Amino acid sequence: MSNIPSELKYVASHEWIRVEGDGIVTIGVTDHAQDLLGDVVFVELPEVGAELAGGDEAGVVESVKAASDVYAPLSGEIVAINEELEDSPELVNSDPYGDGWFFKIKLSDTEELNDLLDAEGYTGLCESEA
Amino acid sequence: MGSKTALYEKHQEMGAKLVDFGGWDMPIHYGSQVDEHHQVRTASGMFDVSHMTVVDVTGTDAKEYLRYLLANDVVKLQEKGKALYSGMLNDNGGVIDDLIVYLMTEPGVSGEWFRIVVNCATREKDLRWMADHTAGFDDVALTEQPDLAMIAIQGPKAIELSKQTVGESRAKLIDQLSVFQGLESEGWFIARTGYTGEDGLEIMLPEDEAAKFWQALSDNGVKPCGLGARDTLRLEAGMNLYGSDMDETISPLAANMGWTIAWEPEDRKFIGREALEAQKASGVTDKLVGLVMESRGVLRAHQKVIVDGVGEGEITSGSFSPTLGFSVAMARVPAATGEQADVEIRGKRVPVRVLRPSFVRNGKKVFD
Repeated sequence: MSNIPSELKYVASHEWIRVEGDGIVTIGVTDHAQDLLGDVVFVELPEVGAELAGGDEAGVVESVKAASDVYAPLSGEIVAINEELEDSPELVNSDPYGDGWFFKIKLSDTEELNDLLDAEGYTGLCESEA
Repeated sequence: MGSKTALYEKHQEMGAKLVDFGGWDMPIHYGSQVDEHHQVRTASGMFDVSHMTVVDVTGTDAKEYLRYLLANDVVKLQEKGKALYSGMLNDNGGVIDDLIVYLMTEPGVSGEWFRIVVNCATREKDLRWMADHTAGFDDVALTEQPDLAMIAIQGPKAIELSKQTVGESRAKLIDQLSVFQGLESEGWFIARTGYTGEDGLEIMLPEDEAAKFWQALSDNGVKPCGLGARDTLRLEAGMNLYGSDMDETISPLAANMGWTIAWEPEDRKFIGREALEAQKASGVTDKLVGLVMESRGVLRAHQKVIVDGVGEGEITSGSFSPTLGFSVAMARVPAATGEQADVEIRGKRVPVRVLRPSFVRNGKKVFD
């Protein structure tokens, strides 16, 4: 089965969230999501400095199979994007929780972190979708 | 659960992701579709295509029957084992299926017979159509061969590695094969055909020998590949996919299949001929073209194609091209379309180049 690290948070749209401190979180897509997508060939990311509300479209992942929207799971400002993905989109497949990260958000409301799924909750969600 | 080929357990053993494909559980990939694609373009890969339907056509009227059934003319097959690509059309000139027909004997001999390979998703309607149209022929028999497994071995190293795997006498036979020719050897039918734009073989063999042969190929370095890679390979090669690029409502003249229609001799009557002649006389309104988009993004089936001042069309097959590193597609567009068009992708108009639908052959880009 897919890898769901216990130290991360999740949302139902298959993004993971790592809390980095200073109100900054790193976002990527889960192992389960990359497995469903198949080989990723392009990733379109938001601009650094963009202000997004939780649930806003933040980018697009194109795989050989389909195009999928990526959502900002939390509200805030984009403070970094993973530029490596421009030349090496396959990192999303090979290392979804590491080198395949998408962007970092400076949260405008850390309270939103309480609404996220933990690993157990996300595991249950994946199983119910299977 | 769907039907299983003789290689189902091998697929599981080799880590395949299995999906439903026309009622069959088939491998979509064994890890990475893109890696498998590159494997075929640069070395060799093998595909389980046992789900395809094999029908033998025998009897003294076999040839005349096929000359009536198919838009291409089996009289062109003038050497034992030679293969012909053809559409099987309905009375309106729509494509019921596309298929390969092999001449299984020397041409013109008594007992001359043919082998046809049709698509799996169209099996039932094809068999029905073929059976219905034997009426009027005294001696034609159609015999499906469901107990044959079929393995396609494709890529620049496919023939060499296959020869190392099949044993001496079959290796000798492979050496004799010209492109688009298949011959029998000790119960196997070995053909130099494929659906990837690379050299290679398609081998039909008894089901109970398939798993052992598959394993032996793998041991010799031929990588298992799924139907995902098969689709991107055939798209790069500009080969049509039935049900996407054409169907019963589409004329071969609007599906880049004009070359498969044998108009001569003029007195050969084949199903769909009158309709095609009428279309030709009144002018065919659409054509199937290739699209190339070198900017980021992926062209996909059903996206709208806009040709300024001419009209609109639709992508029939589209994907990222792993060999080229950008997206290519096939699209049906108005016949007057020139070299430029736009495609509507997620609400935005993106310019694309329009060219003949052939992008990669033998590992190389084939357009400027």
